[in-house]
Amino acid sequence: MATDSANTVDQPQVTGPPTAADYVAVEASPEFAKLRKALRGFVFPMTAAFFLWYALYVILSAYARGFMDTKIVGHINVALIFGLLQFVSTFVIAWLYSRYADKNLDPTADAIRAKLENKA
Amino acid sequence: MSARDITIVLFLVFVAFTLGITIWASRQTKDATDFYAGGRSFSGFQNGMAIGGDYMSAASFLGIAGIIALYGYDGFLYSIGFLVAWLVALLLVAELLRNSGKYTMADVLAFRMKQKPVRTAAAVSTITVSIFYLLAQMVGAGALVALLLGIKPGQTFLGMDADTAKIATIIMVGALMIIYVTIGGMKGTTYVQIVKAFLLMTGAAVMTIMVFAAFKFNLSDLLGDAAAKSGKGDAFLEPGQRYGVENPKDALATFYSKMDLLSLGIALVLGTAGLPHILIRFYTVPTAKAARKSVLWAIGIIGTFYLMTLALGFGAAALVGGKNITALDKAGNIAAPELARVLGERYLGGETGGAIMLAVIAAVAFATILAVVAGLTLASSSSLAHDFYANVIKGGQASERQEVRVARISALVIGAVSIVLAIRAQTLNVAFLVALAFAVAASGNLPAILYSLFWKRFNTTGAVSAIYGGLIMAVVLVFFSPVVSGSATAMFPKSDWHWFPLSNPGLISIPFGFFCGWLGTILSKTPPDGPEKYAELEVRSLTGAGAH
Repeated sequence: MATDSANTVDQPQVTGPPTAADYVAVEASPEFAKLRKALRGFVFPMTAAFFLWYALYVILSAYARGFMDTKIVGHINVALIFGLLQFVSTFVIAWLYSRYADKNLDPTADAIRAKLENKA
Repeated sequence: MSARDITIVLFLVFVAFTLGITIWASRQTKDATDFYAGGRSFSGFQNGMAIGGDYMSAASFLGIAGIIALYGYDGFLYSIGFLVAWLVALLLVAELLRNSGKYTMADVLAFRMKQKPVRTAAAVSTITVSIFYLLAQMVGAGALVALLLGIKPGQTFLGMDADTAKIATIIMVGALMIIYVTIGGMKGTTYVQIVKAFLLMTGAAVMTIMVFAAFKFNLSDLLGDAAAKSGKGDAFLEPGQRYGVENPKDALATFYSKMDLLSLGIALVLGTAGLPHILIRFYTVPTAKAARKSVLWAIGIIGTFYLMTLALGFGAAALVGGKNITALDKAGNIAAPELARVLGERYLGGETGGAIMLAVIAAVAFATILAVVAGLTLASSSSLAHDFYANVIKGGQASERQEVRVARISALVIGAVSIVLAIRAQTLNVAFLVALAFAVAASGNLPAILYSLFWKRFNTTGAVSAIYGGLIMAVVLVFFSPVVSGSATAMFPKSDWHWFPLSNPGLISIPFGFFCGWLGTILSKTPPDGPEKYAELEVRSLTGAGAH
């Protein structure tokens, strides 16, 4: 195919599938920088947050037995509540990410993709 | 009909039904995308169910219920780690992998690297992880059958004693997984996993409701009764019975035990997103958005299931009792099936009710094992065919037909090898094999995947160093750990060459894998393999442009 020059870096093609040059151009575009920032700005801090929260649970299980053994209601103690809260936080983070991605990631990603794949 | 007959009939119904689906799926399997990725035609919900079916293994169902029943609270740590781990997959891996890869984990790792070394490393790691995991499931199936069919020493079943029945089960499980994968490919395997997830969730839900009904839906009463029956009192509901055990006379032993708890914790949470049989599931949906939806469904399904393990485990402790469980099986794997029998007697009426309930849950357990081993066989044979045969040996020149043919042959070979290994490895501890698979996945695969996706400077040397470094460190540490030698519960209890004090290598091997990937990258003189390839990977992984 005459328009397919995926193996060489040259000027962005006007038509045809995305070329290496197209990808380089898009990666350098402000629109893509915004998308990258939106993604990393959410997933990196969120990963750090849930990992620390989980690590806190594991470390307390190992080293804060007195605290974890405290009874709250009947036979339900802090350790069980803490464990159940890990379930709650997992469900909540999954839901937050889904909402965030729908609103802040998908529209930009779709727009960039459409531009790349249907070069006018 | 006895419970044993009902189990066998139900299991045969499941096998017949899934084989029917497999044959139907084989008619829909025409090209490589169908075979490896189910034609990318599954919905987010279907794939979420299939991920659940792929992930919730017998180790989860029988193993966690057993640990909680015998050791109380500490078993819950597994449930939590196995669930929280899905956030790594959701936030960092699933969508980007779906957009940039085609059939295997190595598609992403090798995207901007030299194909041969990276794909070889990825294939070695994929097959290592999958075989450890496969052995765990198959050995577990063999051990279970004698228990579930109630073959006691000296008794026979269809003319087989317990040992012969174990071997027969391993061969049968192996044969079925080969059939599912070679005939049905990813489509057949996916439907088997969906059906299994449905059966397992239904079975666990019915048991959970029955357990709660027995305690008038009062969680505190259930826990109190479990603690009282355990003979350990409140300590049964607190951390420290199994992991991070405190030994007042031996400060060093206490220290190591607590380090082991941290090590297990980190391996559980970071292993999932590096398991090849889980990663390839993201290719079965059409878009990254569908991959996200499937992880969301999976988190819902798997989370609900692990919450139910609490009821199953403490229910078994309260209603069956630790002593009755260990009398049948020291490892506690029989806790959930025995609980089913007791619940059946209570709610379905007498011995017959108990027999029916036990039979149903036993059949569900076998279905669970079959779905997981099929997923593992598919992942390892895909990697052998697509990564090693097509891209390393044939240099990317193999035709689709050849590739799929090799994948089918690989499934046969891997299945046969696993059968032989599983028969020889019957004395291995099942939980140990699963933990090792998770540790290798977290130490070798996860660093390579994350660096590939997020670090521009990362290169071929870095990828190969991360995979081999993490893999070798994990395996070596386990080999010199008390799990293999030098303790009463070791593989070789009579020898002692151990010097590494922890049973789980994760605490050392996971940071080591990340370190190797970083060091290999900065020390290598080769420039990053083409900045424009990283541009392509980044744009593609974030937007889906040019995705398969």
